[in-house]
Amino acid sequence: MSDTVIEPTVENPPVVFTQDKIGWTAWLQPLAEGELTDRHYEALVDKARAKSAYFALLVRDPDILEARTKTDNDIFYNTKDGLPRAERELAATAASRLNGCILCASVHSRFASQYSKREADVQKLLDEGVGADLGERWNAIVSASVALSTTPPSFTADHAKRLREAGLSDEEISDVVHGAAFFNWANRLMLSIGEPTPAG
Amino acid sequence: MTDTIDVIDHLVGITPGAPADALRSRRPITKEHAQKSWTALFEPVDESQASLVERFAVAVFVAVLHGDKSIKEFYGTKLAGLENGTVILATVTALAELNAAKGPYGHYPEGPLSAENTDGPALDIGPTYRAILGDRLSAALEHAYLLTYHPRDASPAELQKLLSAGWSTTGVVTLSQLVSFLAFQIRVVAGLRVLAAA
Repeated sequence: MSDTVIEPTVENPPVVFTQDKIGWTAWLQPLAEGELTDRHYEALVDKARAKSAYFALLVRDPDILEARTKTDNDIFYNTKDGLPRAERELAATAASRLNGCILCASVHSRFASQYSKREADVQKLLDEGVGADLGERWNAIVSASVALSTTPPSFTADHAKRLREAGLSDEEISDVVHGAAFFNWANRLMLSIGEPTPAG
Repeated sequence: MTDTIDVIDHLVGITPGAPADALRSRRPITKEHAQKSWTALFEPVDESQASLVERFAVAVFVAVLHGDKSIKEFYGTKLAGLENGTVILATVTALAELNAAKGPYGHYPEGPLSAENTDGPALDIGPTYRAILGDRLSAALEHAYLLTYHPRDASPAELQKLLSAGWSTTGVVTLSQLVSFLAFQIRVVAGLRVLAAA
């Protein structure tokens, strides 16, 4: 079997950072639902993801997808303690804005707005970029997320100090680190195996 | 190859009972699945689509591109233990050191964001290195370079280069996960090192 890439023709592709819902189309062939085994469904964690081109493509390697998804879910959804969900989503949005992942930024900026009720500030981050002034606590989180996202990473004790002065505990700073670091994983996948489309 | 150590703890230098140990232990699910992610990629059940040498060679390369010597040493030791590993290790290390840059840079889809486009190097491995590494690993390293420094320059044409060099669709998925996972792992380690030193 000789594999081939897909070169989609996307009409009116999203070309700005937005909190609106947008879509995504794959550049490699996802598995069809008829090809999925029990192992694939287990690796998808959430069965509804079989209908997503992104996850149906990633499930070709089920072991890493399953471990990745469970890491992702714990970093963002385990909010019994630690950093509020809104600020984990802010870290994800800042990393996505810096790396240039329009789709990741759309999903996670929506979550950041939903949980913080600060839609205008979130939009300012999307419109102006990672230098936008969002108030000291959010500025400190964005600045730390950006420093972690550069290659090589440039996160230092000064970033941690600024976060502590903004009221974050070391547990919460660790949540910022994980949220930003995880999006350096997510952005690279989302940007490199497909592209954004208008909302489906 | 069997690893019973927690790789992130090992790379940060976390000892039992240290403050950074407590930071990780309060998120046991994250810790467990970060480790399972490592195992899925570096102790794979099936290496038919991406060999162990390819996986560890890419890991060494990406660690050097991130400027992280101790993480490079960790993957390099493992690579050196594989068939032809010492030659590959020396070659990918030299190649990464010669081409080290600072990311992210790259281009946006044409529109208002074009004003934010920034240019930087793309990796094109020449005949001397290619003769040692082969076309398949060379294509993987070129793609790893793109994903590490300028992922927003990705395109179907870049994936076609991998397929043309002998990678399968599933192999490209695994390679993409591996490079992207390393971007995560290296940053978690960088962040925890700062917190551990406080």
